[in-house]
Amino acid sequence: MRPVYLDNNATTRVDPAVVEAMLPFFTEQFGNPSSIHSFGASVGASVKKARQQLQQLLGAEHDHEIIYTASGTEADNTAILSALEAMPGRDEIVTSAVEHPAVLSLCQHLEKTGRAKVHYIGVDSLGRLDIEAYRNALSEKVALVTLMWANNETGTLFPVEGLAELAKEHGALFHTDAVQAVGKVPIVLKGSAIDMLSLSGHKLHAPKGVGALYVKRGTRFKPLLRGGHQERGRRAGTENAPGIIGLGKAAELAIEHMVDEQTRVKELRDRLEKAILQRIPNCFVNGDPRERLPNTTNIAFEYVEGEAILLHLTRQGVAASSGSACTSGSLEPSHVMRAMNVPFTAAHGSIRFSLSRDNVPEDVDQVIEALPKILEKLRELSPFWAGANKDPNDFKPVYA
Amino acid sequence: MWDYSEKVKDYFFNPKNAGVLGEANAVGEVGAISCGDALKLMLKVDSETEVIHDARFQTFGCGSAIASSSALTELIIGKTLGEAVSITNQDIADFLGGLPPEKMHCSVMGYEALQAAIANFRGEEWRDDHEERALLCKCFGVDEGMIERAIRMNKLTSIEQITDYTKAGGGCLTCFDRLEDLLAKVNSELVAEGFLAEHEAYRIGVASAADIKAKAKARKETEDAAPAPASPLAPTSPLPPPSAGMTNLKKIRLIEEAIEELRPYLKKDGGDCELVDVDGNNVMVNLKGACMGCQMASVTISGIQERLIAKLGVPIRIVPVKSNAH
Repeated sequence: MRPVYLDNNATTRVDPAVVEAMLPFFTEQFGNPSSIHSFGASVGASVKKARQQLQQLLGAEHDHEIIYTASGTEADNTAILSALEAMPGRDEIVTSAVEHPAVLSLCQHLEKTGRAKVHYIGVDSLGRLDIEAYRNALSEKVALVTLMWANNETGTLFPVEGLAELAKEHGALFHTDAVQAVGKVPIVLKGSAIDMLSLSGHKLHAPKGVGALYVKRGTRFKPLLRGGHQERGRRAGTENAPGIIGLGKAAELAIEHMVDEQTRVKELRDRLEKAILQRIPNCFVNGDPRERLPNTTNIAFEYVEGEAILLHLTRQGVAASSGSACTSGSLEPSHVMRAMNVPFTAAHGSIRFSLSRDNVPEDVDQVIEALPKILEKLRELSPFWAGANKDPNDFKPVYA
Repeated sequence: MWDYSEKVKDYFFNPKNAGVLGEANAVGEVGAISCGDALKLMLKVDSETEVIHDARFQTFGCGSAIASSSALTELIIGKTLGEAVSITNQDIADFLGGLPPEKMHCSVMGYEALQAAIANFRGEEWRDDHEERALLCKCFGVDEGMIERAIRMNKLTSIEQITDYTKAGGGCLTCFDRLEDLLAKVNSELVAEGFLAEHEAYRIGVASAADIKAKAKARKETEDAAPAPASPLAPTSPLPPPSAGMTNLKKIRLIEEAIEELRPYLKKDGGDCELVDVDGNNVMVNLKGACMGCQMASVTISGIQERLIAKLGVPIRIVPVKSNAH
């Protein structure tokens, strides 16, 4: 069975060119970049070069606006905790109901321990932010607005540049979790109102264990990790030199492949989506069909449960993922599906296909071939299917 | 992805007895589409002999939900309702070669559907009390309401007691925090209502520290009570011998008394325990009914052991044996 990987929002394959760029830094170039001698100095220079590569991908004004971290989660946590500490007299956070757990869990914890008041802004049925509620939540008490650039489950994009400007009107800092957006959509931070941005290496063909936080020059900042003077005292701990250099190379490659991502990968995604919607009754796309990552489609299948679909897909060589409760061990469908009010008949049967530049047309063909039979089989098993309307022409999802 | 046994995968990919049973005369429906899993079990029961001639299912749910449903039909076809009614969710899980702890609720769904179908055949109504409140212990499918009821009715004041009465927390115990919170909450309510003395109530942190101290003290006392000279009755036992002066007959009587005291608790869970033999400090018992093959058996054994040690004042080791061995 030919393996087909369509779970690139979970993680990506490390690009062979990235591996090649990293290898010398495990062996010959093992020095500590902070050391003054020649072993360290050459590594230090390479780390600086990687910083500039990442600066270019983000369209940042200065390379020193980038702080390396060990993950996207660390970047998110650093940004949120820094803002709370660094913004005197402000103890409110504005975020959305559909954020990644790296943001959401921390916000809930801060709220529970009485360290912050948190506003969770809702979304509509397409996953678009309730701008009116957002405006109303902003005030002089808000230390930080943290909103994701692209949703990991549906790919829906928030208009973060505009949202950042609104935050500025109230003097609040603006952070965006751009873990899913970086490398997939063009980003220009220079001249924007965005103060902080989080990214993760392994989502853009760099290895796991390296991420970065962009902090605009002149932004009030308090470090999360204290210790040595690495990263200009903003993130202590010896630099993960091979990881950082890999991330730099991955950033350079992402710039090269940006057009491919926006055209060829998008066309593959669109073809997959159209074919599924045509061939399988009672299914629909979750999220905003227009303002969306080019690589992601999230499709809800009525009257079946996501894990059951995934198990069948796995047997056919196809790797995808589901926001379904059963894959995560909880009994509730994902918080994103709930926030979008996806009808309960379909919330448990949502499958995410996320592509990358590694995918070829045959990958999509394989899914289109396999999926209708899987759905047919599982729906025959489902006690709800017999009573459901099987004529696709009459089917109108509650919120489409 | 979950670590499913080959048998679970087989029953998921090639489910047996799937579909609608037209001539069903006993139907059990549990779960709901909003909960993420639901099962409709259809049986054809001989109204004279109560033998289940055929069983079919329709399931909305994950891999193990479908496999558990199919396994259930295989387990019950050919059995009488009287035989089928004693099938537990553990039997379903065992039939499938085990389920991941987080997926045990799938087997519970099968158990419930069977109970519902039998009730339906007998013209009774089966009440599904698992859907009342949030599921707290996922391993055994115990909800908050059920635990709260058990705490209130029995004035429970420790996590161990909750596990003994409801099984909640008997598996992975990742629900520990929530069990503690609930126990502390209900205990403080009981204190306020005058049903529980304040010093008895469970308090997070304080209670567990006191508990550990009490256990350490009890252990020390047991050790101190045990005399040094070795008894010829227990030559190889690493445990200290019984206290001097206690005859074997007296010891056996005490053991029987202790088991008698425990019996109501075991019976409540559909189990029983019988004394088979005593050899030095090794007490051979035969666990019966639901205790057998239950994953809580080891908990039950250590419970009996603790009780015997307390009663006899000497270390005792419980050895579970099959009765036909003697």
